[in-house]
Amino acid sequence: MAHFSTNEFKAGLKIMLDGEPCNILENEYVKPGKGQAFSRVKLRKLISNKVLEKTFRSGDSVEGADVMDTELSYLYTDGEFWHFMNNETFEQIAADEKALGDSIKWLVENDTCTITLWNGTPIVVTPPNFVELAITETDPGLKGDTAGTGGKPATLVTGAVVRVPLFVQKGEIIRVDTRSGEYASRAQK
Amino acid sequence: MTISNEWQPSGSIESLVKRAKILSDIRRYFATEKVLEVETPTISPSTVTDVHLEAMRTLHTNPLSVKKTHLFLQTSPEYYMKRMLCAGFPSIYQITKCYRDDEVGRYHNPEFTMLEWYRLSFSMNELIQEVDTILRLVLDTPVCDKATYRELFFKYLGLDVKSDTDLKVVSICKKFGYENIVPPGFKDTLSTFDRDMLLQLLFCEKIETQIGRERPIAVTNFPASQASLAKIDPSDPWLSLRFEFYYQGIELANGFEELNDADEQNTRFILDNKKRKEKGLEIKPQDVKFLNALDVGLPMCSGVALGIDRLLMLALGKKHISEVLSFDFAAL
Repeated sequence: MAHFSTNEFKAGLKIMLDGEPCNILENEYVKPGKGQAFSRVKLRKLISNKVLEKTFRSGDSVEGADVMDTELSYLYTDGEFWHFMNNETFEQIAADEKALGDSIKWLVENDTCTITLWNGTPIVVTPPNFVELAITETDPGLKGDTAGTGGKPATLVTGAVVRVPLFVQKGEIIRVDTRSGEYASRAQK
Repeated sequence: MTISNEWQPSGSIESLVKRAKILSDIRRYFATEKVLEVETPTISPSTVTDVHLEAMRTLHTNPLSVKKTHLFLQTSPEYYMKRMLCAGFPSIYQITKCYRDDEVGRYHNPEFTMLEWYRLSFSMNELIQEVDTILRLVLDTPVCDKATYRELFFKYLGLDVKSDTDLKVVSICKKFGYENIVPPGFKDTLSTFDRDMLLQLLFCEKIETQIGRERPIAVTNFPASQASLAKIDPSDPWLSLRFEFYYQGIELANGFEELNDADEQNTRFILDNKKRKEKGLEIKPQDVKFLNALDVGLPMCSGVALGIDRLLMLALGKKHISEVLSFDFAAL
C-alpha cells in the first residue's frame, strides 16, 4: 500500500493507525513561529467508529489503508453471515455481525447498502438513508391524533423499535430515517 | 447562467475597515513615541538559516547582466533593519509584507503582514511592556501576565525543562499519544534539536492552549538552544533573552533583547546550516552584509515582530486568517 505524507492528508483519505483503517476528517496545520511544524489530524477509526485526534510531524508519512466503498444489494442472512450481491457483476460477498453492528435492524431485502471493504473484507455496512419496514407490534392509538405529540413505541419486522405517531397501526409499513432511527412517514402505497 | 463567487475578497468590508483603523492607530502610537517608520527591501540575495523556516524565491533578470539571479523573499525584515541600526539610525519600525514557504493554515498565510520594531537601549522587559501597551491600545486588553518558559512547563506538565532527563520528556510525550513524534530508535538520550522539537510540540498542544485566556501573556527566557537571534541571559547561560506573546491560543509576537556579537551570530548561522545538512535541507547562504554590520556594532537594543493579521483576528474574534485578509491564499 502507498504511503501518504502529511501534506497529502485531507478529509476522506484512508490511512492505517494502530493496525486499524481510519478515515481522515480534518487536518490542521500547527506551527510555532520558530519551531517544527505539525499536523493535528482528526480521524475516525473505521472498525471501532471512534473519533480521535493524532498529531504528526509535518512531512512524516503513514501507510494508506486499502479501503473502498461498494454499493451492494442485500440478499439474505444464514444467521451467521449477511449476504450481499453486486447487481452488475453478480458477485456475492458475506459480512459478519461485527461489520453490520446496528445496521442489522435496518436491513431490507433488495435494498442497496454501502459496504466498506478493507483489503477486500467488509468492515462496515451502511443501510440506505431511508428504509420501509412493517410494524409487527404497537399499542392501538387514539383516533384523531396527528404527528407532533409524543407518539408511542412500535416494533418493526426486523426487531427495531421506533417512536411513531399514535394514528399509525400494527401491520402498516412506515418509512424510517436510518441515520437518526426516527419515523419519517407512512410508506407510499 | 451561474457565475462563480471565487473572484470575491476573502475578508469582509468590516474586517478591512478595522485593519485600516488598527494600522493607523499603530502608526500614531509610534509617531508620538518618535519611533521612525522605515521601509526596507522585501527581496535579498540571502536569507535566514533557521532550520524551521523556508523562504520563497524569485528569479531576477538584470538588463545589464546576462546572468539571472535568485532572490529570496523576506521571511522578516530583521537583517535590513539591524543594518540600519548599525549605521546609526534611531529606534525604527515598519509594517511590511513577509513571505514564508510551506505555511498554510488557520493562522498561516504564505504572505502576511508583520509589524516589526527595534528600540535602542531597551531591555527585554522594557520592550515587553511596550508590546503590552500596544495590545491594550488595539485590543483593549488588561495588563498582560508574565511567566518564564521553564515555569510554564513546570506548572502545566510537571516537567523541569532545564534539569529533567530526556527519558522524562519522552515519557510525557508518550502519555499524550505522541509516540510517533519521538525519534525512532530512542533509548535514553535525545539530541538538543530533537529535545527542543518535542518541547515545542508539548508547548504548542498542551501549554499554549491553557495560557493567555483572560489576558495576554508574555512568555520569557526561552532556552538558549531556542534563542534564535536573542542574547544569552547573562545571569544563566542556559537561558536566552527571547520572549513570545500569546493570547487566546494565538502566538502573536516574538521578540529578543538582540544578539549583537558578530562572532556568536556567525556561529549560530553555521550551526543552523550544519543541522540543515543533517536533515537533508538546503544550505542557506549567510547574510554577509548583516554580519559585517554586526562587526561594526549593533547598539544595545530590543526588537520584536508582531503578526498584524493575527492581531486583527483577535480584535474581531475571527476564526481563520482568511477572514482578515483582502484576498487570502485560497482566493488568489
